[in-house]
Amino acid sequence: MNNPQLDRDGNLKHLLSIEGLPKRILNQILDTAESFVGVAEREVKKVPLLRGKTVCNLFFENSTRTRTTFEIAAKRLSADVISLNVSTSSQSKGETILDTVDNLIAMHADMFVVRHAQSGAAHLIAKHVPPHIHVVNAGDGRHSHPTQGLLDVFTIRKYKPDLHNLKIAIVGDVLHSRVARSEIHALTTLGVPEVRVIAPKTLLPAQVEKLGVHVFHDMEEGLKDVDVIMMLRLQNERMNGAMLPSSQEYFKTYGLTQEKLKLAKPDAIVMHPGPMNRGVEIDSNVADGKQSVILPQVTYGIAIRMAVMALLAGGSPAQQQGTGGSPTATAGDAS
Amino acid sequence: MKIQIKNGRLIDPKNNIDSKLDVFIAAGKIVAIGHSPEGFVANQVVEADNLVVCPGLVDLSARLREPGDEYKARLVSELQAAVAGGVTSLACPPDTDPVLDEPGLVEMLKHRAKQQGLAHVYPLGALTRQLEGKALSEMSELTTAGCVGFSQANVAITDTQVLWRAMEYAATFGFTLFLHAEEPFLAAKGVAHDGEVATRLGLKGIPSAAEALALSTILRIAQETGAKVHISRLSTAEGVEMVRAAKKQGLKISCDVSAHHLHLTEHDIGYFDANCHLKPPLRTQRDKEALSAGLKDGTIDAICSDHTPVDDDAKLAPFAEAEIGATGLELLLPLTLKWATEQKVGLLQAIGSITQTSARILGVPAGDLSVNSDADLCVFDANEYWKVCPDTLKSQGKNTPFTNLELAGKVKFTLVHGQIVYQQRT
Repeated sequence: MNNPQLDRDGNLKHLLSIEGLPKRILNQILDTAESFVGVAEREVKKVPLLRGKTVCNLFFENSTRTRTTFEIAAKRLSADVISLNVSTSSQSKGETILDTVDNLIAMHADMFVVRHAQSGAAHLIAKHVPPHIHVVNAGDGRHSHPTQGLLDVFTIRKYKPDLHNLKIAIVGDVLHSRVARSEIHALTTLGVPEVRVIAPKTLLPAQVEKLGVHVFHDMEEGLKDVDVIMMLRLQNERMNGAMLPSSQEYFKTYGLTQEKLKLAKPDAIVMHPGPMNRGVEIDSNVADGKQSVILPQVTYGIAIRMAVMALLAGGSPAQQQGTGGSPTATAGDAS
Repeated sequence: MKIQIKNGRLIDPKNNIDSKLDVFIAAGKIVAIGHSPEGFVANQVVEADNLVVCPGLVDLSARLREPGDEYKARLVSELQAAVAGGVTSLACPPDTDPVLDEPGLVEMLKHRAKQQGLAHVYPLGALTRQLEGKALSEMSELTTAGCVGFSQANVAITDTQVLWRAMEYAATFGFTLFLHAEEPFLAAKGVAHDGEVATRLGLKGIPSAAEALALSTILRIAQETGAKVHISRLSTAEGVEMVRAAKKQGLKISCDVSAHHLHLTEHDIGYFDANCHLKPPLRTQRDKEALSAGLKDGTIDAICSDHTPVDDDAKLAPFAEAEIGATGLELLLPLTLKWATEQKVGLLQAIGSITQTSARILGVPAGDLSVNSDADLCVFDANEYWKVCPDTLKSQGKNTPFTNLELAGKVKFTLVHGQIVYQQRT
């Protein structure tokens, strides 16, 4: 079975999932992103790598934050950007995903950034498009959100450069989380020795340990001595049902408070893919505290997305004119 | 019309025959085996050197999509697929549109199928009206109209009192119930086995326990009511063990496995291959091996194709939204042979699981080559490999996880009621 993300020479053709990508490619994306971080600080926040290319943001599921970051990233690469919120247009009239895609191919789009509520949607589109078109998965169902996974690793690398010496805890709704899956694959591929997931059994998928993680149901135990805490978003509809008894009980058992944070290493960083439910999965003091790197995550998200789009469109970082720069955020910037 | 099938390797599991014998056919019946009857002059001789001659295959579950879903498949296309696959008798589930819960509909389907002059169609009537799991259908009337048993297709009866009554009523008349064991609440919105692959791909899982729980309910009620129950498409190791125990207890239980589940596991979903979106879901390697062992030791009685033609567009969707099902009628024989080769099972036993036992379960006159029985036969080359190409399949449903796979077992002739209804073009 050929990995549909790689071309015959083993280069990145589409970014659909972190799973199956070699360490070499993950590092290539992260290193390329490094060179894009400084672009945002320049007066003219643009590089010409995607000039003349058309990037189409195809969002079958609503998202403001992710769509915006992709849009900014594409524009900083000088691409023409079209953003379509398909869930409210063609799809509601009965058009299939591939009909929509075909129409955009006919309009000469060069890259699709796809978000969809169903796992596998980006794979389906990647299988369908002609060879010169690239597909970036911006989140499909519970399956994957590879750029989020990469930006999380990028952020960790900024604060904890030696990935081979880290304990990382992912806390919350792993069952429904495409972010968690992507983080797990990215971290384990890049050699993080201990990735933990902490959640009640109702929020963990079957045989999650086969992804290479250690499972904890007790948060106090799971947070002990970790270097990084990645909180996951908990959707309100999963409260007060068969998944969890109540938001109060969840916060008490799995919410990240200052007290629980003290169990981790003193210099541990706190991450969250956003948007946050304050008082449900995370206490405001922690979210806005000095160990939080939640806002730098957002900043780095643009660099990662620029890197992915630049690599897919064939641009090499060496050819970039005047890019480069150093990290702008340090621990505590967000406080 | 008199036909002599000459020099073939005759395999008739019911009569325990595996020998080089000629078959003599006249007026739609087998009139002799081995030696020509006195005065028999064949109008046609079928040369079967190096070929296997066996009873026409009997498939326990093949959707024909008529009435109602003709855009997916039509009776004629699917019955042509059946005979091209050596299938001469098939049972079709009642989940058509409208549902097969009216005697008139069953009569019409039987009539239309008969007009094609291809495979025999034996409808399974809806066990409950509209498959809603609330009111019992007119089982006796439906039987008179041509139903050979009753089924809920893939729709579970959630109300155990209704299930109990349905079994009691069916037991009164000796009708067989064909039930798919899946606890509907546990399986709700599930699209793959609840295991490693579903976790990796972010697909909603159906736990093995969904089969075990439903099976436990069915077996318990069957024990109380004495109903004759056939479990359709078993998929788990635990399920096999439960059926084994139930049979030991003396319950009137039989079961089948789909040919897909003998060869595929959850890992075959790969990168969201919608052709592997099946019901029940593809399970683990351990389950696959238990199904195989169960079939070998007779716990599982038969192999079915679970033929479910789906139009291409319905598969061009993300995995969970892609319609369930795969084509199977033309693959039943080669997949059975592949299983037999891999498991070192003799042809007599393997062919028995797609002829004699399935005919017995349906209670239809088919599945053997006894003298005076209907001349429904399949003549095939067990050693000829062919590549599964959607374009060359007769079925209107082209979707299969086995596309491009080379399989041994090519049907050369199919006879129904003494007539050659399929002959491979040379």
